[in-house]
Amino acid sequence: MTRRVAVTGIGIVAPGGIGVPAFWDLLSHGRTATRGITFFDPSGLRSRIAAECDFDPGAHGLDAEEIERCDRYIQFALVAGDEAVRDSGLDLARENPWRVGVSLGTAVGGTTRLEHDYVLVSHGGRRWDVDHQEAEPHLHRAFSPSTLASTVAERFGARGPVQTVSTGCTSGLDSIGYAFHTIEENRADVCIVGASDSPISPITMACFDAIKATSPNNDDPAHASRPFDADRDGFVMGEGGAVLVLEELEHARARGARVYCEIGGYATFGNAYHMTGLTKEGLEMARAIESALDHARLDGTAIDYVNAHGSGTQQNDRHETAAVKRALGRHAYDTPMSSIKSMVGHSLGAIGSIEVVACVLALAHQVVPPTANYETPDPECDLDYVPRVARERRLNSVLSVGSGFGGFQSAVVLTRPREKTP
Amino acid sequence: MSEPHPRRAAVTGIGVVAPNGTTTETFWKSTKEGISVLDRVTREGCEHLPLRIAGQVREFDPSAAVEERFLVQTDRFTHFAMTAADLALDDARLPRSDTDGAPFSVGVVTAAGSGGGEFGQRELQQLWGKGSRFVGPYQSIAWFYAASTGQISIRRGFKGPCGVVAADEAGGLDALAHAARAVRRGTDVIVTGSTEAPLAPYSVVCQLGYGELSTVADPVRAYRPFTSAACGFVPAEGGAMLVVEDEDAALERGARVRAFLAGHAATFTGASRWEESRHGLAQAVRGALDEAGLAPEEIDVVFADALGVPEADRAEALAIADVLGAHGRRVPVTAPKTGIGRGYCAAPVLDAAAAVLAMEQGIVPPTPNVFDICHDLDLVTGRARAAELRTALVLSRGLMGSNSALVLRRGTAGAAQ
Repeated sequence: MTRRVAVTGIGIVAPGGIGVPAFWDLLSHGRTATRGITFFDPSGLRSRIAAECDFDPGAHGLDAEEIERCDRYIQFALVAGDEAVRDSGLDLARENPWRVGVSLGTAVGGTTRLEHDYVLVSHGGRRWDVDHQEAEPHLHRAFSPSTLASTVAERFGARGPVQTVSTGCTSGLDSIGYAFHTIEENRADVCIVGASDSPISPITMACFDAIKATSPNNDDPAHASRPFDADRDGFVMGEGGAVLVLEELEHARARGARVYCEIGGYATFGNAYHMTGLTKEGLEMARAIESALDHARLDGTAIDYVNAHGSGTQQNDRHETAAVKRALGRHAYDTPMSSIKSMVGHSLGAIGSIEVVACVLALAHQVVPPTANYETPDPECDLDYVPRVARERRLNSVLSVGSGFGGFQSAVVLTRPREKTP
Repeated sequence: MSEPHPRRAAVTGIGVVAPNGTTTETFWKSTKEGISVLDRVTREGCEHLPLRIAGQVREFDPSAAVEERFLVQTDRFTHFAMTAADLALDDARLPRSDTDGAPFSVGVVTAAGSGGGEFGQRELQQLWGKGSRFVGPYQSIAWFYAASTGQISIRRGFKGPCGVVAADEAGGLDALAHAARAVRRGTDVIVTGSTEAPLAPYSVVCQLGYGELSTVADPVRAYRPFTSAACGFVPAEGGAMLVVEDEDAALERGARVRAFLAGHAATFTGASRWEESRHGLAQAVRGALDEAGLAPEEIDVVFADALGVPEADRAEALAIADVLGAHGRRVPVTAPKTGIGRGYCAAPVLDAAAAVLAMEQGIVPPTPNVFDICHDLDLVTGRARAAELRTALVLSRGLMGSNSALVLRRGTAGAAQ
């Protein structure tokens, strides 16, 4: 018997509001949370805008010791994790802990603290032979990427497979995909999954500046993230975290849990082309979509909504449009496809899971979130991008796709519980 | 051909770049001879730091193996990875001409515990010493944990499933298991493993916060697990890549099936909770044996985690006894990493590579620098021991609390002469 995988809880820390209600309010109203950087003085940078979270960890249940010990991206995961587990109604104390896993993604992990302490030990970038006595006590936790999954696992008492996944900007889809396999293949019954990143720091902003991947539209930050628009000029950096509770379907039913939807299929491939470049054809992303659909035993025509990677770089949006057309054929033209990065920016490894939460909510509300700021069509991007205004629509199966540095292309299919579909 | 059977994940190639050898052959020769290469840290900018001893890869010239355009955009950890992947693919006799026609049938899965630290430190110095416009275009792709998977995929044209476990030590085994599962699900080949380069000055400073790190200055005494002199672990760089392949696909192209990745399980018992790791490790071993369809007494050799912290060593010895029972006192246990150090995610991958070689040659390599064991284990010390090895169990625990166990079975080709 195949084991099916249900989503039974969601939690989120995203720009524009903390928690699921605030997040959905932002998306369903098409508001944007991008602004000028306030975390540090960005002068000298080409892109000085970002989607920052107004996040007070103390107000969301973290104590002083946790706040001191945990990097910001881990704080996001803890707060989103609390919300997701509460939402699921799971009493984790009653679960067999060896059957509870954690799978969390991050692209840049603890780099913000690594950079902060680097400045101290290098005396402001002057010494290669750094002065270890200036280092702060929790630096090793920033150095080890497994701190993310480990800290969340300790909080929820998970003793099963616990892993941090780091495939650049597809991390947040792949972390869900890995856990999907883990439950499907009977290595766990419950997995706390998701992703988190807090990359708004000088080194990360500077390294994307260096390859001109981020938008220089500093004069109009609220409208700077323009996926699929002809005038798009790069992505706007974001931050945030999202956590979902995945659960074997019968396990969820046995305890009478609300099932938001199922993870129907997942696949990932490499493009073997370029670390940051994408082909025009989108062959590998199309293959990931087709393979995820196969896994879900769905035909492309079953897809009712595509949650796009839609980063707002010239090449990404062309690539992705081609890939979706290749995978869904004519049906692509009848399928709404939007990018929430227009509203919450691109939080690197976190965004994949944030987008899956958006898909879960789209299914729950039967509403497609829009692509904010979309005004001027690009002849090479000729699909229905749901300009500016959310749209009610009957949604049974939705697709979320992502592209990452390294050439990674991932796809996740979500479906409403089948007995409810006509 | 035999009856249809579930797909099995075979090891068909091994590539090693380790402190005790930058080819698989030199690594294995030093490993079975029990040569310790632990020595003073000599990397530029590290001389004054309290970490005295490490396992450094000293004779490694990446430009001999990897094209300049790939070298300039990558850190040392990816130099190791690209080189080890080439060695493994050569060893598997899987040339580019064989994979070009079916790029989606080959994927890449690595584990990374520290990323591109040297590259990252250099670019941080540019940013903070000179200004943001001095940060180079490759920082965004060299520092992050996914660099090695991405670069191997691109350089060799592999479009199959790609993955990166960003992990503590045990993640090295999780990456191998991830690869084995991808093969069982239908991908023909996964190039998998881990290489690390955590010895840039700032990376070393980051590790000083690990309470388990050995700062002893004598290379012979710095890393002595399972003894009353245990004083922590010594870090290392380098690592290994394996070619993991569907058995039938391997046989079809006439490749050597050197071993099978037969079973794996992973658990979590909390960062630095070493007493608890006894239960986590035991649970992982049970899961791995179960998946492999083996009884505890069928394990012929154990490659221990061997952290070198007294309570962790005790927990590991007890975990072996918990699962293997009386057999746990008789089965040979070894920890060759005492001669090369502990390369984070790479450490258990090197153990898995050594396990394949040990099974092929019927030799249990010894545990350098270790004698006077204070646990009820048959730890192989001094000289290598000849033994019929049909199976091997590799154990690993991470500083952040993960426990993993991997069971390997000897392959069908080229067993001991």
